[in-house]
Amino acid sequence: MTTIEARGLIKRYRSTLAVDRLTFDVHPGTVTGFLGPNGAGKSTTMRMIMGLDRPDAGQVRIGGRRYGDLRWPLREVGAMLEAKAFHPGRTARAHLTALAASNGIGRQRVDEVLAITGMDKAADRRAGKFSLGMSQRLGIAAALLGDPGVLLLDEPVNGLDPEGIRWIRHLMKNLANQGRTVLVSSHLISEIAHTADALIVIGQGHLLAQTTVAQLSARTGSLEEAFFQLTAGVTDYRGNNYQGNLT
Amino acid sequence: MTTISYRAGSFVRNGYGFRTAIRMEWHKLRSVRSTWWIVASFAVSLAAVALLVLGHEGYARLSAADRASFDPLHDTFIGLVLGQLLTGTLSVLTITTEFSSGMIRSTFAAVPRRSLVLVAKAAVLGAVTLAAGEIVAFVAYAAGQAALQAPAPHATLGQPGVMRAVLLAGAYPALIALIGLGVGALVRHTAGAICALVGVLFVLPLLFFSPSLQNAAQNFLPHGMANSMTAVKPLAHALPPALLFALLCGYAVAALAAGAWALTRRDA
Repeated sequence: MTTIEARGLIKRYRSTLAVDRLTFDVHPGTVTGFLGPNGAGKSTTMRMIMGLDRPDAGQVRIGGRRYGDLRWPLREVGAMLEAKAFHPGRTARAHLTALAASNGIGRQRVDEVLAITGMDKAADRRAGKFSLGMSQRLGIAAALLGDPGVLLLDEPVNGLDPEGIRWIRHLMKNLANQGRTVLVSSHLISEIAHTADALIVIGQGHLLAQTTVAQLSARTGSLEEAFFQLTAGVTDYRGNNYQGNLT
Repeated sequence: MTTISYRAGSFVRNGYGFRTAIRMEWHKLRSVRSTWWIVASFAVSLAAVALLVLGHEGYARLSAADRASFDPLHDTFIGLVLGQLLTGTLSVLTITTEFSSGMIRSTFAAVPRRSLVLVAKAAVLGAVTLAAGEIVAFVAYAAGQAALQAPAPHATLGQPGVMRAVLLAGAYPALIALIGLGVGALVRHTAGAICALVGVLFVLPLLFFSPSLQNAAQNFLPHGMANSMTAVKPLAHALPPALLFALLCGYAVAALAAGAWALTRRDA
């Protein structure tokens, strides 16, 4: 049972403040949705949880420890932060075998995660040839490699086909039901409504709400409407209402 | 408390450490095709050049003075000009392709101590390039001597300096590989890192054009140092081979230290 605790996280990239005094908790046993418009700081925050980006201030703890202090990181935290975090010339199996070796994970677990993600038939193909959906599956296989108690998934449904989307929803719910901590980011409100119970909403690096899907949608009747009200002032990239000019 | 048990982890297998990081890097290196293409090209270029050069030495046409200074080994390892670039490129690629593909974030998620990742990469690359280098150096030596025609004097491994020259010819590409790894960790981009390496190996020596500067190039720039390390008859104004070797090891350590510093300081 592992809780992620972020306290006062600040991350600055030159002149832009990507994450601003962000404080939240992610609890075990439930899928927590991490919601925000494009550029809100979701991915930056996830990278800080993983120790990949160093916060300018604040700290984040996983079960009371910094990521860098975990003894077998892959057995405690599994993450898919981007679809293609692999060398394009390596096969799916070789990619997973190398990662497994670093954390003392046996080879039969590589076969297991390939089967879980439906990648067994593609295991010996070079990963650079994979479609986005296949790459996502490989990323999820890597996240599951150490059978971790904490899972961080950044936009996991990107590129998945409808069957794949349904599969990942079930997977996330099952993992949470087993008592694991599951944080899943998305800019797709409907996707979050399907899978998450708890909710962390951010915009322009600020925490807008730490709530539940039920509470937030009760405010206005629909989660989507509640989300737009919440993020009204903090959306960086917005299209205009294009009327067209066909005569 | 966590820190103590974590430190101990490296030794009692109660956590990731040098041993598991090495296994990861070995799996990575061998599972990419370009590794074996580069190692094969390295072997072919060194052996073929030795064969070609010593087969056309033209000793019979040399003047008496040139015959006196003829070094039966010296030209054997001219293939190192290309060979150093191949091992250097191999190790640049092992780190820059991780940055370009996003693999580096998978790597650092698995092994958060970044300096440990670089040390493991250095150990694996160093071992592979040293083993390949020594095997190929002895093959090139044997091929060269077989191609060398009488009346040119032949070398034997028992003659003073010959064994040392062959051994250092095999070690030199591994040291360039370690320098390349450090440069790759510092620069992060494949093209930029290879340019930097080519600059140090090939362009910098061109700037040392006057005779006095050439002595410095011979003693302090890698390729000049390789020439002295692999010659049986000492070149004029050259530092002793053992000293040059130690100096080159120092360059490798400095490059790796700079690379480790950059890896730990910057966001991945």
